[in-house]
Amino acid sequence: MRPVLYVLTFLGLIALGFWAYRENYATQSALREVRGLQSEIANLREALSVQRAEWAYLNRPDRLRELSTLNFDRLGLLPMEPEQFGAAAQVAYPVPEIPAITGPVDAMGQISAVEDTAADQAEAIVAQTGQEGL
Amino acid sequence: MRTPLRPLARILNARAKGENPDLIERENLARRHEAMGERNQTRAAARLGLLAAAFGAFYLTIGVRMGHLAASEPMEPVASARGAEIVAQRADITDRNGRILATNMTTHALYAHPKDMVDPKGTAQKLAAIFPELDAAALERRFTDGRSFVWIRKVLSPEQLQLVHEIGDPGLLFGPREMRLYPNGTLAAHVLGGYAFGAEGVHSAEVIGTAGVEKALDVRLRDPAQGGEPLTLSLDLTVQATVEEVLGAGITMLNARGGAAILMDVRSGEILALASAPTFDPNDRPVPLVSRDAEPSDSPLFNRAVQGLYELGSTFKIFAVAQAMQLGLVNPQTMVDANAPMIWGKHKIKEFEGHNYGPLLSVTDVIAKSSNVGTAHIALMIGGLRQQAFLKSLGFFEPTPIELVEAPGARPLIPKKWPDIVTITTSYGHGMSASPLHLATAYAAIANGGIYVKPTLLKQTGQAQGTRVMSEEVAADSRRMLRRVVTDGTASLGDVPGYEVAGKTGTADKPKKTGGYYKDKVINTFASMFPASNPRYVLIVTLDEAVDSSGPKPKRTAGWTSVPVAAEMIRRVAPILGLRPQLELGDETTLTAANN
Repeated sequence: MRPVLYVLTFLGLIALGFWAYRENYATQSALREVRGLQSEIANLREALSVQRAEWAYLNRPDRLRELSTLNFDRLGLLPMEPEQFGAAAQVAYPVPEIPAITGPVDAMGQISAVEDTAADQAEAIVAQTGQEGL
Repeated sequence: MRTPLRPLARILNARAKGENPDLIERENLARRHEAMGERNQTRAAARLGLLAAAFGAFYLTIGVRMGHLAASEPMEPVASARGAEIVAQRADITDRNGRILATNMTTHALYAHPKDMVDPKGTAQKLAAIFPELDAAALERRFTDGRSFVWIRKVLSPEQLQLVHEIGDPGLLFGPREMRLYPNGTLAAHVLGGYAFGAEGVHSAEVIGTAGVEKALDVRLRDPAQGGEPLTLSLDLTVQATVEEVLGAGITMLNARGGAAILMDVRSGEILALASAPTFDPNDRPVPLVSRDAEPSDSPLFNRAVQGLYELGSTFKIFAVAQAMQLGLVNPQTMVDANAPMIWGKHKIKEFEGHNYGPLLSVTDVIAKSSNVGTAHIALMIGGLRQQAFLKSLGFFEPTPIELVEAPGARPLIPKKWPDIVTITTSYGHGMSASPLHLATAYAAIANGGIYVKPTLLKQTGQAQGTRVMSEEVAADSRRMLRRVVTDGTASLGDVPGYEVAGKTGTADKPKKTGGYYKDKVINTFASMFPASNPRYVLIVTLDEAVDSSGPKPKRTAGWTSVPVAAEMIRRVAPILGLRPQLELGDETTLTAANN
């Protein structure tokens, strides 16, 4: 029994040594990778700050004003003015869509002497076709 | 092998000889005890040895580790993958919406080791061809006079770097540099100030602020604990650009020497725009004037809005009137003596162009017509001591507490003694000088319902703390009077439909250096607030020697110069600030929403 135990212990020791060896190299390669990533992050951060500066430079008010003047034909941009504020009430309601007249429309009754407006006629048609649709 | 205590053979033998067998037993016992003692002793010695070895190993480990720590270079633990902060040397400066006003850029400095140079003469010539400001002969002299180190340029652009590389001389070397960049050019130049290199080394250089916010908040900007966290100013980039554009156009049209404009949020004291013209580019800050007879205001570096101390003229009248109302001496309808000219001792107080608005004028009309005599009488009712105390409470006796390095130097010019004549002249803005920023702060107190709030260039969060300097009713009455100035007074050109501008004009003759006043040189100021019924912003526009020469006679009063400029500014800026124009309901025209 005892020799088996010895052999097993010895084999375990070898296995552990092998594991430690591999872990050591894995750690070292991970550290190398971290170093590489950190210097990459530093470079990217520097590039980012340069690009932020460039963004600010390209969007400086002087330049934008000149560009909007140069491209006035296409863009028609003007400085913001008080007249450009509107009220919600100024926004028009969407025009109601009149469904297409598909079938013949029967209309019965007398033509009254009162002049109907075009809008009323349209409404009548809407009402009629709406009922037909049902 | 264990020996029995009484071995039978010996006992029998001893009994046969007649000896005492107990002696044998005792002898054996003693022998056995001796053996046991020996065994115990060796075991204890082994244990002690083991313990000593353990302690020894322990202390040795600690000692070796300590020695290692002491002897080795300290370094960051590589394995800890934190955010890997690469912190810039100096924090960015942004406007209130996070748009960049100042940032850093990495570039290179150029230096030379003349001893390593192959061809000093040719290199000097090639360098002079790349950099027009360098002189080839002087450079060659510096390369050949035996020194071993020469700075050539503090910063290089990438193109210049490439050109220098192409010279290919081993004596030319580059050092990394972090430089300050103001991407918006001249925008807000007087607020930002400028930068310079402090202590310089080959591998890095210190960036220090030289003026404006950069210098005033230098410690904050360089604080590594707040590194990377940008400094947020209260300025709004768009508003600032618009204010500068309109101010510049106004100065050109009115032929002014310069001008200043301040837009301030009355509730928080935040400065949204602060412009001074002529301006400069902080990326390439000009050198200050050194000649002795040069006026500081001739330099573009001079910040007229903060450093410029001017007699601000009639804009001061509202303070006398507001104080008199606060003290209960007058109300807006009280009639006061306005019979011009007024004689006080050997002084004669006249109105503009020799008018006479008297004999009696209501307090509201004193402001609307800008009557010097009326204001003088009101000031005499108040008295010098109380007048001083009130002006002090509005901040007129101290430099403005704004975050600019120039601000503490701009201490208002206050007369040393305060006789009645000073009380009179101060009431209409002569005799004491203050900066436009002082005026903006004081008008903001009126606009803010009588609460004085400190002006600031830093973005504020939450409610600003202020001190009450006048009651809410007095502030409201004052605003109504200022609104009258615009609707039917001296500032009628300042009316912007929808924004209820209220304000007061001020035209002050420029003092001569030799004493006395110039006849045809004036400082025009328009102090305004909008919308008058519930003011959000105060705008001060000051023009130096502006003249409207469109008519037959040159017009130099503020009503013809700063007021139209300010009106245009409000028209342009208010929509950007998100102020919706309000319908000003007249007496009869009422709009209803019935007609949809």
